[in-house]
Amino acid sequence: MSTQSSTYVPQPLSFAFTPAYREKAAAAIAKYPEGRQASACMALLDLAQRQEGWLSRAAMDHVAETLGMPPIRVYEVATFYTMYVLQPIGKHHVQVCTNLPCWLRGSDEILRACKDALGVSPGETTSDGLFTVNEVECAGTCVNAPMIQVGDDTYEDLDYESAKKVLEALKRGEKPKVGSQTGRQCSCPAGGPTTLKKVPGADVKGGA
Amino acid sequence: MPKLTIDGIEIEVEPGLTVLQAAERLGIEIPRFCYHDRLSIAGNCRMCLVEVSPGPPKPSASCALPVAEGMVVKTDSPMVRKGRKGVMEFLLINHPLDCPICDQGGECDLQDQAMLYGLDRGRYHEEKRAVLDKDLGPLVKTCMTRCIQCTRCVRFSAEVAGVPDLGAVGRGEHMEITTYVGKAVGSELSGNLVDLCPVGALTSKPYAFSSRPWELRKTESVDVFDAIGCNIRVDVRGRRVMRVLPRINEDVNEEWISDKSRHAVDGLMAQRLDTPLVRRGGKLAPATWNEAFSAIADKLKGMPAEKIAALAGDMADCESMLALKDLMTALGSHNLDCRQDGAGLDPAQRASYLFNSTIAGIDEADVLLIVGSNPRWEAAVLNARIRKRYLTGKLKIAVVGPRINLTYRYEHLGDGPETLSKLADGTHPFVATMKAAERPMMILGMGALARPDGAVVLGAARRLATAALLVRDGWNGFNVLHTAAARVGGLDVGFVPGSGGLDTGAILEGASSGKIGFVYLLGADEIDMARLGKAFVVYQGSHGDAGANRADVVLPGAAYTEKNATYVNMEGRVQSTRTAVFPPGEAREDWTVIRALSGVLGKPLPYDDDAQMRARLVAANGVFAGRGGAPKAAPWGGFGETGEMDPAPFVSPIGNFYMTDPISRASATMAECTSVFVMGRQAQGTGTHG
Repeated sequence: MSTQSSTYVPQPLSFAFTPAYREKAAAAIAKYPEGRQASACMALLDLAQRQEGWLSRAAMDHVAETLGMPPIRVYEVATFYTMYVLQPIGKHHVQVCTNLPCWLRGSDEILRACKDALGVSPGETTSDGLFTVNEVECAGTCVNAPMIQVGDDTYEDLDYESAKKVLEALKRGEKPKVGSQTGRQCSCPAGGPTTLKKVPGADVKGGA
Repeated sequence: MPKLTIDGIEIEVEPGLTVLQAAERLGIEIPRFCYHDRLSIAGNCRMCLVEVSPGPPKPSASCALPVAEGMVVKTDSPMVRKGRKGVMEFLLINHPLDCPICDQGGECDLQDQAMLYGLDRGRYHEEKRAVLDKDLGPLVKTCMTRCIQCTRCVRFSAEVAGVPDLGAVGRGEHMEITTYVGKAVGSELSGNLVDLCPVGALTSKPYAFSSRPWELRKTESVDVFDAIGCNIRVDVRGRRVMRVLPRINEDVNEEWISDKSRHAVDGLMAQRLDTPLVRRGGKLAPATWNEAFSAIADKLKGMPAEKIAALAGDMADCESMLALKDLMTALGSHNLDCRQDGAGLDPAQRASYLFNSTIAGIDEADVLLIVGSNPRWEAAVLNARIRKRYLTGKLKIAVVGPRINLTYRYEHLGDGPETLSKLADGTHPFVATMKAAERPMMILGMGALARPDGAVVLGAARRLATAALLVRDGWNGFNVLHTAAARVGGLDVGFVPGSGGLDTGAILEGASSGKIGFVYLLGADEIDMARLGKAFVVYQGSHGDAGANRADVVLPGAAYTEKNATYVNMEGRVQSTRTAVFPPGEAREDWTVIRALSGVLGKPLPYDDDAQMRARLVAANGVFAGRGGAPKAAPWGGFGETGEMDPAPFVSPIGNFYMTDPISRASATMAECTSVFVMGRQAQGTGTHG
């Protein structure tokens, strides 16, 4: 199997940052000393991806030109990280973590929920162009496993039903509540506090 | 200086060296794939594992491990051997077992090292990966499934060639070496990628499937496609030159050669002159040597000496030029010139036409001014050396001449003579920069000298040398960059107009007006043949090119791979080519042709064999005694003319790197390179292109 050039992706002819993104790009570049602009490569690629939804060749070339790098150095970075998306995807990028903690807590069920709610398997995009589902590696919310990430938001403590609910809400154009779907705060114990319920030596009701 | 022990031998080396380099000093060879002396250190193949104490109880990669005081290194312990065997097994997991159909077979690092560290069977039963081949242009063939991702090619193209087109995209098992956009590697040094590749992933496209390394007879020789005098090895099978590879010479070409030096050799089998030809009834017809010689003798009979002239071409060797000069002297003519481009060089002052700093001197230079030259095309290997120095951050470069991509940044001072005048007067601010530098260099190209006002430009450059203090104790920063391999040798043997003699321009002028009735072209093809007018033209050379087309008598000569001949490179280094194959058909070594002709003309030259010929060379100019050695510094004097310079900007004489001489013009490979790299037509796969 071959990673690139095996699938043909129609490429736009040109890319340019919109004024708002150009400002953000300039701020990213300004973080690094003169002559080290290439350090902003990943930040600019991220901005380009946010603007377009995916990273086209033209976008990568534009980043290379902006930073004074040979284009191939930018391609190397963009193809190395799986979070850079190199082909057009749906409006919502549903990333289902299937690493060990999520899998133990039932990520298979979450994938089934995606299939039932959206009708697509990992790697596919819905026909209305609204959703692309992908399996991803650990997204760093193991305590609240299983989870899905949509854009910048994570939806945690899912099961088949709640995952389906989240996806249905997104489908309707609503914005579901971000974070734990069981209502717990951050990553506190699921059933409420288990330690430090009271302050030792004082008759004060505890709780975090 | 840290002292360490390697395999029980104590050695003291300078700090900053790696363990692998220190071991090399002791003659201990550590296997490696990614490490290369002339590239940055990547440390990704892990083949160079050694055991080091004190340190973690596991093998370390010696190529990326700096030496430290008191280190004890074992390069062949059981742990090391086990580690390397493990690395080799991993490397072979995805490497196809296609050595029998691989061009690298027999000279493959992976094959050799697998003999030492490979297992006799695989333990990997899963699917192997396969990678699509990439189109890197007409010179480099790819078989990317064989790639072991050492990234030598990526580092070479980014660091040495200065054309960062190659990269490693993807990660892990999906990593691939590619240009990503599918373009050809646009470097004049791309052939070196093939030498660098330790496996058969990058092989030579023109040489594909044509022979095995053990079938080849190897002859050490010298390249003549540019004036650098790159050291090469000519590989021959039967009567055919199969390929040319670089030989290491740190002072000249390190271990690189340009694509023209490497791949123009298929031109040696095309358009060859293999029999004497005499023009009869307007057409060149085959003749015997005697017929050809008597045709010349008939023509010369009674011809006044001042009507006779000779021009030497860019690939002529010193022996034949000296023999022809002796013959012309015997005939009483002083009309001879080896500067067929009319370069305004001063033959009387050796320092005026040499690359005085020497090529290795670039490694010490701190300021460089390039005047009227495109070193990337005129001397690609030398340009890589400039880039190497530039990458250390210690070389400041400025250019007077065309604004082109030289693979390094430079300050563009101007386009031509106007800027040069200011520099020569010392009124340009850059002169102060050069003055303040420790090792300032100027490279004066043929774009500045090969013009009608060349001698005046040379004079201005001489004044600039004074103004910028280019010549100081133990350093001469005045350099002429030649484009012709024959040029310095020609000037050294004195193949220039004698007293009252005519130079190239005047000879051509005379031939058009009828004042010159006989012109002897020794491999000279780069002149405007129409200007030879009605003169009787003898062409001696290896290829049927412009000169032979115009000639009345053609004498077949030998190409550089077919003779033991002397060439002097631009530094003044005297080197020899060696006979790798015999000249085709009736063709003969060039000086012997002239010697034979001299007998027919009744003015026999006083040398009959190689030894006598070489003795004559040394007698003609003492520099030929120093064959093979380092070039001698030439005394510094005054030269050049004063006068008005034509304000036209300097233009490099080379319009197409791939076709500059009769051999490369006859080469099909160079024709394809021209179409891809110069005309920009990249070959498209047809689906049945293999």
